[in-house]
Amino acid sequence: MSDIPWTGTPSTARSTALDARAGGQPANLADLLERILDKGIVIVGDIRINLLDIELLTIKLRLLVASVDKAKEMGIDWWEHDPSLSSKARRDDDGAGGTGAAELAEENRRLRERLAALESGDARPPDDRPRLEPAHAEPRQDRQSAKPQARDGQAPDERDPDEQARDESPREERAPRSEPRARDKEQRS
Amino acid sequence: MSGAPSSGAPPVADAVNQADQADQADTAVYLYGVARGLDPSELRGASGVAGAPVRGVVAGGLTALVSTVRLAEYGEAALRANLEDLAWLEATARAHHDIVDRAAHAAPTAPVRIATIYQDDARVAEVLGAQAERFRSVLDRLTGRTEWGVKAWADPSALDAPDTHSGGGLAPSAEPPTGPPASARSGSGSGSEASRLGAEPSAGAGTAYLLRRQRERRRREDAGRRAAEHAGTVHEDLAGLAVAARRHAPQDPRLSGRSGTQVLNAAYLLDDERVDDFLAAARSAGERLAGVEVEVTGPWPPYSFIGEDT
Repeated sequence: MSDIPWTGTPSTARSTALDARAGGQPANLADLLERILDKGIVIVGDIRINLLDIELLTIKLRLLVASVDKAKEMGIDWWEHDPSLSSKARRDDDGAGGTGAAELAEENRRLRERLAALESGDARPPDDRPRLEPAHAEPRQDRQSAKPQARDGQAPDERDPDEQARDESPREERAPRSEPRARDKEQRS
Repeated sequence: MSGAPSSGAPPVADAVNQADQADQADTAVYLYGVARGLDPSELRGASGVAGAPVRGVVAGGLTALVSTVRLAEYGEAALRANLEDLAWLEATARAHHDIVDRAAHAAPTAPVRIATIYQDDARVAEVLGAQAERFRSVLDRLTGRTEWGVKAWADPSALDAPDTHSGGGLAPSAEPPTGPPASARSGSGSGSEASRLGAEPSAGAGTAYLLRRQRERRRREDAGRRAAEHAGTVHEDLAGLAVAARRHAPQDPRLSGRSGTQVLNAAYLLDDERVDDFLAAARSAGERLAGVEVEVTGPWPPYSFIGEDT
């Protein structure tokens, strides 16, 4: 294997990034998302979009990574076909504002089905639409009540984002690939 | 002023005031990051999320990078939906990164997590003041340093290949994983030999097939384990040149656009003067390990190293 792809020779690696704003090669989306979603100083904004909403997505990303073989078998483009990841589908019923709890419950239901399907070794969800979602709704609500966030920016969550992720989503953290079942048992016990 | 009905503001002023309030109510301020000693001219012409111009809010020697956003897109309900939309998320993430990256090339810059939003500039200044100490300590840690990413993939064909030298890396061999003798045995010629031995032909062929499959699986597992060990060694070597190092989770092939087994995905915080040594070390690691491809990206703003515990 002599032809090692080297996208980062000392000169080009630096110039690529330096010239990014001048129309250089854009950053790989996976590289970008793993940095921008998970990392960065966490301070409480006035728009209190719960950071868990972001973590929800990263959990989905990671779960997909963990069960990628299953996903491949299903041949999915998960972000295009998963209603919970489609803004169009969400906007249609999200406008009234009173749909949050029902939506959460519905999503939770789908997640349980999904997990049950994974556990039983059947990769195909009941309604034949591929989804890869963790059961998140309950811990999410718990945490919302347990961690009221100050509005004045004085009480940032000082912990490292990774540490938060560990606390908040034990299911997906640093899990070896292709072991959704084992982790699921852990979570439930 | 609660009981002053007669000499209130004239109707026109009232209308203007209401219009202002309506504008304010419709917009918010998106915070990208906080820089120290940033020349404001560095932000000239920069457009952030949703294409809005980026400006600096300065307080206490720190510059907050912000732009105005519409609540219709960045309000709580809208964000909840939009953050789950990968296309929207990508556009926002790229814009966020562009601004942080641009500032980071000009001055030490601490990225803030995506979608950190305030009512207005005054609130941003307030937070900047309240959190000044924290921002300064993060910036101290980042000054004169950049983040570099290193990923390594094990070549699938190398993983499939039999291991010919113990500990000799993943060098693929010319010998195919499924040898011709095995397939010949299980083919048409098996009858006479099998009957002479008194065994059922199909059972012999099936057993041979299963054994072969088992050997192949073991070879793959061994190769995978070696690749992971190599990746660990590479990581340790590179981490030795870095101020700090972090391993990230393996990436989704559809996001990274690559197949193959990602055996290393890590970030390193480097002093500027160590960058050349680091890149040379990463390159030589890639050349040393047959069947392992190494990719370096950078320099990144130090996203992975703003955690206070790193």
